[in-house]
Amino acid sequence: MNNNELLTGAFSEALVIDKSQVTNELQYNSIKEWDSVAHMSLVAALEETFDIMLDTDDIIDMSSVLKAKEILAKYDVKF
Amino acid sequence: MSIQALIDELYLEPVYGLSQQEKDQKILPIINALTLKHEECCEAYGNILKVRNDSSRIADNIADVPFLPVRLFKTNLLSSVRESEQLKVLTSSGTTGQQVSRIVLDKDTSVYQTKTVVKIMQHFLGKDRLPMLIIDHPNVVKNRQSFSARGAGILGMSNFGRSHTYILNDDDMGIDWEKLVSFLEKYSGGPVLLFGFTFMVWKYLIQALEKTGRRINIPNGILIHSGGWKKLVEEAVDNETFKSRLKAATGINKVHNFYGMVEQVGSIFVECEHGHLHAPIFSDVIIRNPLDWSEMPANEQGLVQVVSCLPLSYPGHSLLTEDLGVLLGEDDCPCGKKGRYFSVSGRLPKSEARGCSDTFQENRP
Ligand SMILES: [Zn+2]
Repeated sequence: MNNNELLTGAFSEALVIDKSQVTNELQYNSIKEWDSVAHMSLVAALEETFDIMLDTDDIIDMSSVLKAKEILAKYDVKF
Repeated sequence: MSIQALIDELYLEPVYGLSQQEKDQKILPIINALTLKHEECCEAYGNILKVRNDSSRIADNIADVPFLPVRLFKTNLLSSVRESEQLKVLTSSGTTGQQVSRIVLDKDTSVYQTKTVVKIMQHFLGKDRLPMLIIDHPNVVKNRQSFSARGAGILGMSNFGRSHTYILNDDDMGIDWEKLVSFLEKYSGGPVLLFGFTFMVWKYLIQALEKTGRRINIPNGILIHSGGWKKLVEEAVDNETFKSRLKAATGINKVHNFYGMVEQVGSIFVECEHGHLHAPIFSDVIIRNPLDWSEMPANEQGLVQVVSCLPLSYPGHSLLTEDLGVLLGEDDCPCGKKGRYFSVSGRLPKSEARGCSDTFQENRP
């Protein structure tokens, strides 16, 4: 699986949404499934999937799928 | 410049690095802009300002900014945004039958709130997320549709942790020893974040450990706690006692209480190592005489007024609380933080508090 597929999988599993909903434009708090509780599961899922440790700034900045990709890029996860 | 642009600039400054004078220059324009904005966008707030004799909306210093009694949010839903822009309505905790405060947040205010908590807490915890013990039971965050204030507080703090572990049992609030021991085996060698409400930590961690005679050892633990001292004061437990008994039972040295309220986003006053609550760049504190609301000098007890740059969606930027506190100083705490520092000593007795808001109500149109 490439990183895009891994990312989509992590989002869909953590937020319990269909993979088709995971687009770059999807934003935090824009659907009820991506609330502050789900956000913590999402962070844990991304950390596990890509074997990285995100810091508190990353968590706050992760306001969309696109933003998540930018943040992961800092940890050498390329899309 | 928009209010948002002015607020964004605050995040570029050190949280506790500006002197009171420098800070006033930064935040006064924002606070004044908020007064004008809410007067225009919130009819009820506009009406309240109208009945004040003072016609000026632009205060020359923070102490002259008009303030609302915090109690008003229990009886009125005050909003400065259209319903379509409301992201969520926060509610305060309260016992059954008690009226709760309702606070309207839009997207901007909500984002600022989260960012501000992070900026402030990073000062004490660093940027790394630490393994986190939560002194509560997992059910407290189960119902996602309606969190209690306690649940919301726990979720807010969860941003700073990883491997979140709730150490109390759902049914009897006893310590889940199996969970706690396996967490400690894994993590107690390094820094660990603990979070809980003051009373929960006291009753279900400290006292529970004392009763069983079992000790735990988390020498690198940092405890953050909040929620008020009311129940502990009834048991004659002060901050010093709390800290020394915590240390004896858990080995934890680093403890930071914080003072804040749901009615004012962004106002989080964290205790430093000298036991003083500090005002961050985003907010400020004024102590007032409970009888005539004049500003009190340092070291004299009065009512705590809190001021914050962040409430964009509701007129909560300047609030008079029912808490009693003492201003301890400005720019000279031995911990090195600049700005005002203070302590909170309790609550105004109920009847007097009601008196305050009655006086206020009579002035309303
Ligand atoms: Zn200090």
